[in-house]
Amino acid sequence: MDEKIKVSGGTGLSSKDISSGKIFMTEDSLDCAYAWDTGVAINRYLSELKKARIIGTKCRKCKRVMLPPRLFCELCFIPSNEWVYLQDSGVVNTFSICYVHWDASRIGEGEKPHLPAVIEIDGASQGMGIMHLLGEVEPKHIKTGMKVQAVWKPESEREGSITDIKYFKPL
Amino acid sequence: MSKRVAIVGIGYSGFRSTSGDLSYREMIFEAATKCYKDAGGIHPQSIDSFVASSEDFMEGISIADEYVPDQLGAVLKPVQSIGGDSLQGLASALMQIKTGQHDVVAASAFSKVSNLSHYEHVVAYATDPAYIRPLHENPYFIAGLEMNRYLYETGTTREQCAQVVVKNKYNALNNPHAVYGARISIEDITGAAPLSEPLGVFDVSGHIDGSIVLILASEDKARELTDHPIWIKGIGWATDTPNLDSRTDGLGRAIYAELAGQKAYQMAGISAPFNEIDFAEIDDTFSYKELQHIEALKLCGPGEAGELLALGSFNPGGDFPVNVSGGSLGAGCLHEANGLQRVLETVLQLRGEAGTRQLAGVETGLAFAWRGIPTATGSAIILSSRL
Repeated sequence: MDEKIKVSGGTGLSSKDISSGKIFMTEDSLDCAYAWDTGVAINRYLSELKKARIIGTKCRKCKRVMLPPRLFCELCFIPSNEWVYLQDSGVVNTFSICYVHWDASRIGEGEKPHLPAVIEIDGASQGMGIMHLLGEVEPKHIKTGMKVQAVWKPESEREGSITDIKYFKPL
Repeated sequence: MSKRVAIVGIGYSGFRSTSGDLSYREMIFEAATKCYKDAGGIHPQSIDSFVASSEDFMEGISIADEYVPDQLGAVLKPVQSIGGDSLQGLASALMQIKTGQHDVVAASAFSKVSNLSHYEHVVAYATDPAYIRPLHENPYFIAGLEMNRYLYETGTTREQCAQVVVKNKYNALNNPHAVYGARISIEDITGAAPLSEPLGVFDVSGHIDGSIVLILASEDKARELTDHPIWIKGIGWATDTPNLDSRTDGLGRAIYAELAGQKAYQMAGISAPFNEIDFAEIDDTFSYKELQHIEALKLCGPGEAGELLALGSFNPGGDFPVNVSGGSLGAGCLHEANGLQRVLETVLQLRGEAGTRQLAGVETGLAFAWRGIPTATGSAIILSSRL
């Protein structure tokens, strides 16, 4: 099998073949921009984040406290317009230690790995939470079930975005 | 395979040029809630399967299929997305019932085109990257080419195309959901700024946001859920080659519409559509398209649609009303959701629920949707209040 792989490869194209014009190709880029309507529920969510508060909605039927908030319970299929403020603390449900940037390049020498995590927010129903980043913690010390707390940007820098929370740090 | 299938529920929301107050999820939830109430108050838990139609570039979300379930009540249910016009999605829903896989299936579609800043760029991106895009033309040139060839081949006049706009915008004044209703004259249209001649600015339908949800059910279920089932008698769809320079019989004809119509008529047992069908909602994304599609759907001979239009045959009071709703020119273009909007309007007419635009004594209707430039894809459906 290994021998077969060695002999069946053929001759690959090199970047020089392309740059020297041996290969015809066409280039274009999509010039598209979107501005998505956030709607009632997410609009309120973002405006509360600007005030350093986390808000969810509660379904009057199944009693779930849902995060991110939504105007309807997708399981009971009824409107859910009861708003509930939640804690800005929670528990790590799952996490990953990320050694690549979004474009797949590896992190540089001395650069800290990124730490995406799902945080189950205190006050929300089990399994409901925020996908965010961890900070002020060594990767080896992160544990599933660890208590964490939101670290907010200063008021002057908050703009009504999920990034108004800088990261979650261990409690 | 001979199962009879009916549309048993309709719901819609939006139908306006912008909808900044609602997210697409909230807009679809509203349409779905109305639809389920209309279908005997069914809970989505009792719907077997869901088919949504969308185009990712329009939404700005890739793999948008995954965003379908919540707002339809379809979490942990069979869900399928069709990357095409929503009438093709409806065809999929129909087949799921015809094959016996499911008994009750929802079909949905929406437009949030107001969230997209450069619609033309999405259309341009649908043209071939090697030999069309380098020409760097606004993609409306394709409609200009089609229109010019259609006029040349059939002897239809520029003024007759303008009359389609006059008719549909006037009809739209009777439709409370229509955004672009107006009383304008042929001269207003022919004298307006050219876009890609012979196409002018008024020959192009304006965009709108909106959402439509329908429920299809097998005969037994249909009778349980509603007192006014609208039966699907026939359906057909077809796609021509994507090559703009070598379409079957050129850009002047809409062969895709001929084939889609032929299949739908055959399935419905219709041999003389003009006599056997009472009215139609037919794609009019551009003015000339209505006439071209009317001829392709064999509602008259080649080159005759313009004359019949001038005689008033396609007016609400004529022999064969076309686009009483106002069509896309009068009510607005919903892109991939156009097909379901045309079905919705046909169902409202057949149920006698079309308000001031209600046609008298209609039993059978035709809806035809085209997927817009640069496509050569169309779908036709025959609906009837009579089994």
